[in-house]
Amino acid sequence: MELLKKIEWCPGCGNFGILKAFSTTVDRLENEGIEKGRIMVVAGIGCHGKLPDYIELPSFHTIHGRVLPALTGMKLANPDLYPVGFSGDGDAMNEGLEHLLHAAKRNTDVTLFLHNNGVFGLTTGQFTATTPRGVKTRTTPYGNPEEPLNPSLIALVSGATFVARGYAGDMKQLSEIMYQAIMHRGFAFVEILQPCVSFNNTWDYYRKNVRKIKPAEDFDTAISLSRDLLNTGIIYRAERETFEEAMLRTK
Amino acid sequence: MRKVVRGFYAIAEAVRLSRPNVIAAYPITPQTEIVENLAEMYANGELGDAEYVTAESEFGAASMVLGASAAGARAFTATSSQGLLLMTEVLYNAAGMRLPIVLVVANRSVSAPLSIWNDIQDSISVRDAGIIQLYVESNQEAHDMLPLAFKVAENRDVLLPFMICVDGFKLTHAYEPVDLLDQETVDKFLPPYEPAVKLDVNSPVAMGCYAPPPYYMEFRVAMECAMERASRVMLEEFERWYELTGRNWGGHVVAENCEDAEVVVVAMGSVVALVREVVNRMREGGKKVGLLKIRTYRPFPSEDVRKALENAGKVIVIERALSIGAEPPVTADVKSAIFGLDAEVYPVVMGLGGRDIPRELVEKVIDDVMEGKVKPEKRFEGLNEFEEVIP
Ligand SMILES: Cc1ncc(C[n+]2csc(CCOP(=O)(O)OP(=O)(O)O)c2C)c(N)n1
Ligand code: SF4
Ligand SMILES: [Mg+2]
Repeated sequence: MELLKKIEWCPGCGNFGILKAFSTTVDRLENEGIEKGRIMVVAGIGCHGKLPDYIELPSFHTIHGRVLPALTGMKLANPDLYPVGFSGDGDAMNEGLEHLLHAAKRNTDVTLFLHNNGVFGLTTGQFTATTPRGVKTRTTPYGNPEEPLNPSLIALVSGATFVARGYAGDMKQLSEIMYQAIMHRGFAFVEILQPCVSFNNTWDYYRKNVRKIKPAEDFDTAISLSRDLLNTGIIYRAERETFEEAMLRTK
Repeated sequence: MRKVVRGFYAIAEAVRLSRPNVIAAYPITPQTEIVENLAEMYANGELGDAEYVTAESEFGAASMVLGASAAGARAFTATSSQGLLLMTEVLYNAAGMRLPIVLVVANRSVSAPLSIWNDIQDSISVRDAGIIQLYVESNQEAHDMLPLAFKVAENRDVLLPFMICVDGFKLTHAYEPVDLLDQETVDKFLPPYEPAVKLDVNSPVAMGCYAPPPYYMEFRVAMECAMERASRVMLEEFERWYELTGRNWGGHVVAENCEDAEVVVVAMGSVVALVREVVNRMREGGKKVGLLKIRTYRPFPSEDVRKALENAGKVIVIERALSIGAEPPVTADVKSAIFGLDAEVYPVVMGLGGRDIPRELVEKVIDDVMEGKVKPEKRFEGLNEFEEVIP
């Protein structure tokens, strides 16, 4: 797929890897007969939210924190669509966190990619709900006093039927995860470890430390796999009636 | 002490000097630097007794200051645009609970389309909430209005939230010389906070309780009465401020060159400074033009506006927000204030979403009205030619 020009991310930003992996995934889906027009992209507000500006797919920006309800609405309006959302740690774990719990609980057949860079990138480097305790940011010059949230763990315990963690530095693994997530029937949640070169440069740390895992056989194992933030790969997948199926069945 | 500082610092510094107990906020451009400055002051131990918290959202931030205020704390927050819209449900509630929260809005346009640039649609949208609203034209004014806001909001005759509206980027990020207040002066003006009511185990009260039809209306009308009293209380405090600091902000409005003016331009916020410049220059050229700055937008100073426009044949209202489907907001208020007078009113919408308002454009707008080239009806200036294409 051709990339649109004039990318405004900082050179070296992890978002480039995510964009690349996604466009590879879209090409693969297209080769398999899914017309591009059926992949609908919704993005939140943040650096991650610029992604749809760089790909030629139908897309729109929601307001900050509301990617998931918009995806849900799309899927309900047209069940033939593949609604795909791009959100940030601020955009999904701070503002609008409630939507993740409900999307997972409902098991709507949509996919969410969460660019987890541990900061508000676009507003220039304040702490988010995933910033580790003690880290100094522009709103926590004294060190973040709060414990961070673990997005994959939250998705799991809320009932997501597909949970994975990818890494912006591993395109091959990430595009495979993206493909599996979009093809999954039910709510698919993918956390992507994304270095932010300007405000939270984790490239070195991730490059040395991330490891690959195999999907858990059972829920409890998935929980413990998700707890370690350096575990990447598909963590969990399960079959459950989707929201749309349940709606149709009860009609 | 006179210093060249940026708007966000002048605001944060005045918040600090007002000795708040709780500050809760969520970053959003262009408010972010205000709260970052406060976070830094907090880190340096300069915020006294205050607790500073970055909330999980604006909804959380507004709810935290509501809770803090109900528990008897002097509470502050700041936001912009979408953040203010998200706070709105809580702010209506805070006003109804009569909690004297002070907030600064760094004015920014609202979505969609997405824009971080300035107009005043955000704060205008909450004008009916029961919140006192001031629009400032300089960072000195923003700085001075903060202690004043706490003092007025906390007055037992008022007890309403107080919002200071500061144009995003144009003021918040501008470098301007500001006479920075010192603690002694502020302490002389603003006494330690004594809540009129608070949640207290020893004398329990319930706030925000259910009011069925036999009771509800009285609570809302009581807010209306408090807003009217706020008008007087503010004038008294402006006076006190003048005595204490030597800075005379006048009153709710500032009328310049209005007595004999054929055309008076009404404006709010940072654009006032530009209009003043244009008006003064036209005066030098012998044109009878005046300026009416509206500082207090809620409570709306109808009498002051009427008085200032008594002799004006023509009134131009510069609008930087819309009430889509109706007369622009300030125009509607001005028209009702001067009802029965002969003046013709020319609403001119400009500067939405950060669109530049050049000096020449303001000049042209005034000339067009003076020379009778335009009709007294809503107009858009600085607008590109466009065609709406509906696929
Ligand atoms: C209601 C609302 N509050 C605040 C903002 C300001 N804002 C824009 S982007 C952003 C943070 C984005 O952080 P994240 O989702 O982590 O995205 P990143 O930039 O890191 O990709 C914030 C707080 C907003 N646009 N809307
Ligand atoms: S600020 Fe961080 S997340 Fe945003 S583009 Fe730059 S590197 Fe990427
Ligand atoms: Mg982020």
